[in-house]
Parts: sequence; C-alpha cells; structure tokens
Amino acid sequence: MTGGSQGAGYRPVIGLEVHAQLLTHSKMFCGCDARYSGARPNSHVCPVCLGLPGALPVINRAALEQTLMVATALNCRVPETSRFDRKNYPYPDIPKGYQISQYAAPLGRAGHLDIFHADGPDRVGIIRVHLEEDTGKTMHSVLDGRPVSLVDYNRSGVPLLEIVSEPCIHSPDAARRYFAGLREVLVYLGVNSGDMEEGVLRADVNVSLSRGAHPGAKVEIKNLNSFRAVTRALEFEIDRQAALLEAGGQVAQETRGWDEGQEETVSQRSKEYAEDYRYFPEPDLPALTVSPERVEEIRRTLPELPAARRARYVDSAGLSPYEAEVITQDPALASLFDETLSLQPPGGSKAVANWIMGELLRLLHEAAVPLEASNISPRGLSGLLRLLGDGTITNAQAKIVFARMFETGAEADEIVRREGLAQIADTDELAATVRRVLAENEALVRDYVEKGGKTEGPLIGKVMAATGGRANAALVRELIRSLLSPEATAQ
Amino acid sequence: MTEGILHRSFLDLHELMARREISSVDVTRATLERVQRLDPDVGAYLLVTEEQALAQAVEADRAYAEDRANALTGIPFALKDIISTLGIRTTCGSRILENYVPVYQGQVAGRLLESGAVLIGKTNMDEFAMGSSTEHSGFFPTRNPWDRDRVPGGSSGGSAAAVSAGMAAFALGTDTGGSIRQPASLCGVVGLKPTYGRVSRYGLVAFASSLDQIGPIARSVPEVAAVLGVIAGHDPHDSTTLRAEVPDYRAGLTGEVRGLRIGVPKEYFPDTLESGVAAAVSQGLASLESLGAHLVDISLPMTDAALSCYYIVAPSEAMSNLARYDGVRYGLREQAADVWTLFDRTRERGFGAEVKRRILVGAYALSKGYYEAYYVKALEVRALVQRDFEAAFQQVDVIAGPTSPTTAFRLGERLDDPLSMYLADAFTLPANMAGICGVSVPCGLAGGLPVGLQILGPKLGEQTILRVADAYERSAGFNVLVPPLTFGAPA
Repeated sequence: MTGGSQGAGYRPVIGLEVHAQLLTHSKMFCGCDARYSGARPNSHVCPVCLGLPGALPVINRAALEQTLMVATALNCRVPETSRFDRKNYPYPDIPKGYQISQYAAPLGRAGHLDIFHADGPDRVGIIRVHLEEDTGKTMHSVLDGRPVSLVDYNRSGVPLLEIVSEPCIHSPDAARRYFAGLREVLVYLGVNSGDMEEGVLRADVNVSLSRGAHPGAKVEIKNLNSFRAVTRALEFEIDRQAALLEAGGQVAQETRGWDEGQEETVSQRSKEYAEDYRYFPEPDLPALTVSPERVEEIRRTLPELPAARRARYVDSAGLSPYEAEVITQDPALASLFDETLSLQPPGGSKAVANWIMGELLRLLHEAAVPLEASNISPRGLSGLLRLLGDGTITNAQAKIVFARMFETGAEADEIVRREGLAQIADTDELAATVRRVLAENEALVRDYVEKGGKTEGPLIGKVMAATGGRANAALVRELIRSLLSPEATAQ
Repeated sequence: MTEGILHRSFLDLHELMARREISSVDVTRATLERVQRLDPDVGAYLLVTEEQALAQAVEADRAYAEDRANALTGIPFALKDIISTLGIRTTCGSRILENYVPVYQGQVAGRLLESGAVLIGKTNMDEFAMGSSTEHSGFFPTRNPWDRDRVPGGSSGGSAAAVSAGMAAFALGTDTGGSIRQPASLCGVVGLKPTYGRVSRYGLVAFASSLDQIGPIARSVPEVAAVLGVIAGHDPHDSTTLRAEVPDYRAGLTGEVRGLRIGVPKEYFPDTLESGVAAAVSQGLASLESLGAHLVDISLPMTDAALSCYYIVAPSEAMSNLARYDGVRYGLREQAADVWTLFDRTRERGFGAEVKRRILVGAYALSKGYYEAYYVKALEVRALVQRDFEAAFQQVDVIAGPTSPTTAFRLGERLDDPLSMYLADAFTLPANMAGICGVSVPCGLAGGLPVGLQILGPKLGEQTILRVADAYERSAGFNVLVPPLTFGAPA
C-alpha cells in the first residue's frame, strides 16, 4: 500500500484477469503443434489457425479437460452446458476478425482461491474461468529500409485460459500474492509451464480508488507478465489516481499499458479498442455438455494442491510454515520431499527439508537447472541421509557426496566407497592426529587455554583439514577437550 | 457425338461409359465446347478449368477400363465458386477474393474429385451468396437460359443455369435461405437443400454458418440422389455434421407415395402468389394426390416472422464471417499508411453494395444495447419456426408448396429494391431457420418460364422428400425441362 492513497482515505479496489496458455500438444481448434517457442515464424500454422476461408474449428479435448481441472481446483461451479462465443474485433493478428472465446456460458463460475501468508489466509473470489484461443503476434521492423509490420501466427489458436477474479483485492502486494498463488495452482495441475518470461502467463489488472461508499473510475492495465510488473504497475497507478483525485481532478475510465523501462502506465487511446465485441454464440461449434459425474470424477483425481500440501507439511510433518512454503513452491521439490520421506525412518522430515532447502536449492541455483533436469532422486537423497544417520559419513562429507550425486547421478554409498570418504571414528587413530595438530599449532593452543576453552573451533577446523573432512567432529571436540583439559596440561 | 447427349441423365451416361459406348473424354470435350458456345450469352461460369477437366476425363476413362468406376466417374460437373478447390481460384463472386487460390481442398470438392467426377469450372453467384438473382456477383450477372432478359435466381444462379443449359451434368450450390431451391425453380432443374449438418461445410466459405448447407443441382431427382450419396456424411473437420448413416438415396426412389400425408401450408399460397405459379403448383399437388397421397391443409404461422428474423440472424453471422477479409493475409489489398486505413480501403473497394448492407445490418443487430432486442429476439423466433415445423411433421410426412412466389423476374427489376428481392426467399428460408431439408422439382411452365414445386421434410428426411419428388417427376412425364435455347453460336 502506498502512503499517498491511504492518507487521503482512498481504498484501492483491484481485480485481475489472468491469461494462461495451456500445456496441450496441439492448438485449441486444429492439429498444429502448440509448442511454438523458438520455431520459425508462421511454421506452426494451417488453414484453421490462419482463419482461411472455409476452414472450421474442432475443439481440443485435452484443453477442455485441463480447463475443467482448473475450474474444479478453483472451487468453481461447472454448469452442465456451456458454449463458445465469438468475440469480434478487427486486428491484424486475429486472422478471423474474431476470437473464439466464452462469454455468456463459461466452463467455470463463482469459485475462489485461498492465499496463505503471514497474516493468515486471504480468500480471492473467482468470477469465471473460461477457455479461448490466443492471438498471433505483430512485430514492427524495418525491411529494405522501410518500416514494416510483420505478423507471426504461430501463437494463433494456442489454448488460452482466462481466470477473472472478483474486484476484491486491496493492495498491490495482495494482487501479487494472488497472481503467484494462481500460478502455483496452474503449475501444480500441470496445465501451464509457469514460465513467465515466455509470456505463457499474463495478467490484465483493473484498479480504481474508492472513498467511503463512492466507487472510483476503473482503469485497466493490460499485459503484465511478471509479478514485479503487477506490483509496480499497481503502485504507480494507485499513486497516479490518488494524486489526480487529490488535485481535484477525475480519473478517466480507460485502458493503459505498462512501460517497463519508464516504470509508468501510459494511456492507450487507440481506435481498435471500441470495446463493443458484439459477442454471439459460435455457430461452428456445438454446445458443451459436462455432466456432474464427470466434474466429480475430475475433482476426485485432482493432484494435491499447494495449499493443502503446505497445511499437511506443517500439521503432520512438523515443518515450519516457511519451510512448507519453500518446498511447495515447486511441485517437483514437494514430490521429492514426499517420496524421500516415505523411504526414511519416521521423524526424518526436518533433515529431508534441510537438505532440499539448503544444498539442493543451492546446487540447482548454481547450475541454473530445474530439479527435473538434475540427477537427484528420492532414492538417492534417502541413501545419503541413511549414511549420515548411521555415522558412516560426516556432515561435511555428506555435502561432498551430495555434490557428486548431483553431478553424476551415482548412489551415495557408491561415491563413499569409490572415494574413500567414510568417516574416521577410530579413537586411537584420531587421537594421534589430534596430538599432531595440537603440537603444530602452539599459538592456537595457547589461545584456547587462555580463553578457558572457548576457541576450539579453529582447532577442530585444523583437525578436519588434516583428515580431509573424514573425522567425526563430535569425537574431535571430545579429544581436544580431554587432551587440553587442565588435568592433562598440568601433567 | 451430338450435344443432345448432354441433356441425358448422367446415370445413363455412366451406363454408356461402363459399356464403353462413349468415353468421359468425349462427354467432357462436348461439354467444354458447349460452354464455349453458350456461356458468353449465359455467364454461368467464373472459371472454366479446361485443362484439368480433360486430364481428369482421361483418368476417368482409365477407371472405367480398370473397372473401378462409380456413378459419378467421368461425369462433368460444376462447383459454385464459394466451395474451396485446392489450387483453383475461389472468388465467392467477390472482388475481394478475385485472386484467392485455396491452399487446401474443401471436403465436398475432395469427395467428388475422388469419385472421379470431372470438374468443368466454378460457377457465378451473388457475392458471398447474398442475393436471389446472381446480379450481385462482383463480376457480371448470369442470365436465365430460358430467357436471357431474366435472372436465373440466386445465389447459386450460375450452377442452376449451367445445369439447365447442359453445360454441366450436375452442380453443387449452397443454400442459406433458398439459394439452391430458388434458382433451381427459376431455371427448371432439381435442387436439394440437405438437412443442416448432412453435408460437410469444411471448405465452404461461410456466409451464415448456422444456415449454410451445400447441396446438389441436377436435371432429375435420381441424379440429385446419386450426388447426395457421395457428398453426405459425417466429417471430423466439421463439428456441426451429423453422425447419422448415409442411406442409399437412389434405392429409396420407389415411385410409391400411396398413403403419404402431404401438408399444404396456407401461408405458402398468399394472394400475392403469381397466378401461373399457383396453377402449376396446384396441378403438381393434384398429380401427387392422384398417385395416392393425401393432401392435408396445415398452417405454419411463423412463416412471415421467419423472414424478418432470417434477416437478423444471417447478416449477424455474415458480419463476423466476413471480418477476415481485411487485406492482411490474402485477397485484395489496398495500400495505406497504417493498417486501419488498409482495412477500410480494402473492404470499401472489395465488397459490393449488398454485402456492405448486410455487414451493417449485422453489426447493428449485434451491438451493445440492440443485441437483446434484435439478435436474441431473432433466436427466439427461430426456435418458434422450428417448433412450427415439428408440430407440422407430427401431422404430415412432408410439406409441399411453391418454391418461389414468382417465375424468373427481369434483370434489374428488383436490384434497387432489396425488400422485394428478399421476398423471393419467403417460402425457402424457413427451412434453413429450422435446419430441415427441402427439394425443388420442376412442375411445369407459367408464361413459358419454369415453376418449381418445393417439398420439405423433417431433419434427415431426404429419402422421403426425394421419393415424393421422384414419384411426381415420373408421373409428370417431363423428366427434363430443356430450355428452348435461342442463342449461342451454331453447334
């Protein structure tokens, strides 16, 4: 919340329209490959998605199925009959002059999404979930010295889900949390890649400032494709509207764009947004019938959603809300957690969580790869934890072993055997090493004795270094203490 | 070979070809020569595909030699120029598509070509099938072979004229409000509008998607039945096609109508009905009665309302369907500094007056504030029209009456009076609104001009209406009405 608006008694009223490309093999109404990323322009096209005269759409069942999953996961009511409508507006990247969308009878209505955060859950109402087709993409360029507009229809007809929230959000931060929560659900359901840089998830936000019972004029900001853009655009827009109102001005109801470079919203007054889409039922497609039994079947087979998973981690696995949050951010991480835990003796959840949140995330981050592309498996991680638990390796060794597992995919015990990493737990062997280290580090020993044993750390470090990390740290500490005890030194 | 053979049933030609008494190359060549001789005076064809036709004829003769011919193999036919043909220009009678060549094969064109039929060319039509006289062609009007000062009807006027004048054994037309039956009636040939969804629309350039249907035009009922058998059936590319099995339509032509109940709607015999038409139709009905059918007086009270609501529904869908002709991807493009001006100029120049009139009506009927009053109301009326027919078909097996309230009118007579032009479809368009089937069969002459008897049947009632039409045709004794051609270079 920005200071200006609140101080003046204005309350931001925010709603989001999120567009998510579905992860289907083919496009919404034709057989073209929907995965066009990186493809040559206009190479994933056919008469249908080019809107050639006489071509007709055929509904993609997988897209329908995925939409029903989302509608169900968002607690929507799924009417028995719904249908497609035509949204008519001329634009060069809309090859038919209309977009096949859903208007009067969407697949999902009246749902909600609960967003958890530090202050407790927020419930965001969902007005509707509907299915439509994406548009092509216009690019402006220069060809033979002349400015030209080029259109790529690879994206034309890719299945697009639209999720419209109630205007029940009151801060840019809450809007961001909702958008992130929605993204998480979509990724969990496996219907969207969540890859926002690829533009597969975009939001149009609308915001107005109300004062008391007086609603303000609604401004729509289109095409925000990052969490940061949503937050910053809303912050900017709330300040702008508040300043306007403070100065006695009026907010115009309009559509604005977000200028990423300038970090400001800009008015988009253009002819094409006449805002009368002349919707009417798509005559080329039959009405959709979804039986209550089918909805029930989908509900039953939905994967566990992040919110439920987090609650389970906190309640029965004993993780902190923060740990639960981090691990459920990525469904793959959460699956790794669940599966590793199932291979462990009871009570191991903290250790599993620590390894995932610590070493694993660090290595993934360094290598810049997703978990799926790494070599870490539930069996592998479980094997490592077993060696650590039974004292075969030290914590320091385990980190080395884990890094090897990450690189090579080899099992932990194999790495330990091959590299001779098993820990030295033999007291006599270790005592000899400790004595040698103490003899070689007179200054440290003097310091230790003078400070009454408070500086054992550096000495332990020297011993660990001398053993190549193979020493049992607890045993080393014990040996140092007994060798440098007043009784021992007095002799 | 004499040209006379060109007025024989193609089912006879097929027998002759099967017995190697004539060849497809002979028939094709004779047809092409006749087109060359007569068509300058008729204007039925927009494009004659001579070279391809001769190559197909050679292939057809090979099929006969190898005993893999069917009833359509080697038979010269024409396609209304709104039916997409791979690699063959398809203009829809519009300047905006003057140079448009489809890159894919339409479903019915494919089925006919695979059956070995020989495509003679693409026929003239009212622009985008909007009209009842073929005078709204973007290129030139077609003249009625019975009287060249008169129109052939429309919008499939080129197809009906070509078949009437022996310039094709059969042709396909499209019927959105009567565009097959009315020109068939005015040219003295048989034209069938199948049940909505009986024939695939994939490749049919859309005018009004919920009304459009492709159907055959030929000189006799058995020929129409034979063509329907080839083009009918489910198509996975058209979600509105019906899955019902395709019967052997020819086998159903038993000549038997005893006990059949024929409904005669009083609304189809208004005072304004041309007396010659009324007389010929009444005589036709009397013949059917003498064959043992029962005539039953019925009422279709929604007939007038159907006309009004047709002129809301059809233009609304047309407005949307024609939005894609914007000069960006194919067809005419007028140069302009920006894309919006390019759209406007291209459409301004590319579309004729009637098309523009309907786009405006459609845009108006669908716009905010008018949608409920016009489009929604029209759909309600449409449901009532359907109920009208459903109630009637509880009582009777088929419905019969005039196809058109008049015989062929003079060129230019109604061109400046759209309303009188629209009235030409008063008896035909209710069938499109209801999605039922109908056939027009010649029932004599009035003032030297053909009159058509229309027989309507319930959904998927093609077998019944063809049986009635065939029984009538046999009893009437004029299997084929041959126009007294008083023009053309000597043979």
